[in-house]
Amino acid sequence: MNDRRYFRILSGAALVILLLFAAILLTLVVDSLPTMQAYGLSFLTGRQWNPVTQEFGALPFLVGTLLTSFVALLLSLPLSLSVGIVMGEYLRSPFLSKAMSVFINLLASIPSVVYGLWGMTTVVPLVQKLEIAAGFPPYGVGILSAALVLAIMIIPYMASLTSEVMKRVPDSIKDGALALGATRQEMVTGISLPYIRSGIAAGVLLSLGRALGETMAVTMLIGNATRMPNSIFSLGNTLASVVASQFNEAESDLHRSAMMALALILFLVSFLTNLIGRKIVGKSEAANV
Amino acid sequence: MPSHDILHMELNFPSDHIALSTKNLEVIYADGARAVKGISLSIPKKATTAIIGPSGCGKSTALRAFNRMNELIPGTVTKGEVLFHSRNIYAPSIDPVTVRTNIGMVFQKPNPFPKSIYENIAWAARIHGHKGNCDELVESCLRKAALWDEVKDKLRRSAMSLSGGQQQRLCIARTLALTPEVILMDEPTSALDPLSTASIEELTSELKKDYTIIIVTHNLQQAGRISDMTAFMLLGDLIEYAPTKKLFVNPEDERTERYITGRFG
Repeated sequence: MNDRRYFRILSGAALVILLLFAAILLTLVVDSLPTMQAYGLSFLTGRQWNPVTQEFGALPFLVGTLLTSFVALLLSLPLSLSVGIVMGEYLRSPFLSKAMSVFINLLASIPSVVYGLWGMTTVVPLVQKLEIAAGFPPYGVGILSAALVLAIMIIPYMASLTSEVMKRVPDSIKDGALALGATRQEMVTGISLPYIRSGIAAGVLLSLGRALGETMAVTMLIGNATRMPNSIFSLGNTLASVVASQFNEAESDLHRSAMMALALILFLVSFLTNLIGRKIVGKSEAANV
Repeated sequence: MPSHDILHMELNFPSDHIALSTKNLEVIYADGARAVKGISLSIPKKATTAIIGPSGCGKSTALRAFNRMNELIPGTVTKGEVLFHSRNIYAPSIDPVTVRTNIGMVFQKPNPFPKSIYENIAWAARIHGHKGNCDELVESCLRKAALWDEVKDKLRRSAMSLSGGQQQRLCIARTLALTPEVILMDEPTSALDPLSTASIEELTSELKKDYTIIIVTHNLQQAGRISDMTAFMLLGDLIEYAPTKKLFVNPEDERTERYITGRFG
């Protein structure tokens, strides 16, 4: 096969990716048109989601998604940064470092329905106790339970990225810091972490993207309530979980279209998270040099 | 005692003129290689001591043993003693962090932190408990390192924007912020152009008024120009240690003579 033909076949495959992207976007846009015509931008601010009265507003799910993701990120960050620092800086033995990264990757390969089941049997009872102690209705399931399990699910992304970039901090500046009589901790916090801030930003955005779109485990744990959450103990729904739990039961066209609109929002938000993430990473990398 | 007198001194310095001394210092790497094979020498205070020798003779390893930098390489074993203020810096009760605070180091390749010029010095001071305004300290360190006039208008600029020679002087300035007694320099000019090299050499002559300098160099002319004492190492052994003038003009060991006359290494 000559080079030109080979190149054409490869380009064809690359084109398929672009077409798939366009096709998915087109389906979402076309199918959500009825909702856009019915509500316009007020779909985003509508606080009611009621299939019986045919009223559809996305705000409870937007809030639910952001709340779960940010709480998850907040809970996960100290843990996964620590794991990344240990793996990237302290584990000098190649065996231990390798073993640790195998475990971390195993954590990422557990199917999310398994996380969901584990969450229901283990996390939910704990949250229930906490709710009783704090004087909230002891649902167990809800925003907090979903966020806790999500926090665990995003550890591998954040931790392995942190450890990778941590390993790339040049020995010369680490030696420079230690030769100034810095302790290892001072070196990590004062020199290494600032050096890898773009990598950490990338990790945060990668994790955020994962958290925003996570469906199965969240659907199992969040309580699937369509009202506005008013605390982290509330039952709720995310964009992904409401689509997963209601799509098969949607009876009206408008209900179905409203869910397509939610999917479109999720698609765009994930897309933008990625895009902004790359921008930030690019900028801070340029500033590092 | 002014440093020029050292040239005429015997090797038995009075103990209060010794900054640092080693006894049977031995460094063995994880692969079993004995990079330094039991050297004993005394480094005079407020003078420049050069360690010379061909590549791989263990001179950098010996230098790094003086502030416990070798232990950052996993599996490295150091035996013998390095005495500083008559205490062995390898004694179990001694914290390497304290050692490195008193015995600073400048590396072969300039390694400023990717921070501002100002922060490179201020960070060094802050981790050692310097509170509050660092402006005066930063200025005095930069002045001592002969860098102030070149950077005083761009202290907030990244240290990475400086030239190689300026970066190296910044690394020296950063070390001065700790007010160390001894400054170790590991081939500090090998990555620099001749002009920058001259400015670093000039700086060492200035600094030895207040600090003890130990410099590893593979540049014999440099050792001859700037040092008061010279140690010649070969394959991990200390072959000869003498006042620089004597070692260069009238070496006692035949191997030293062959090396300084360029017949090997």
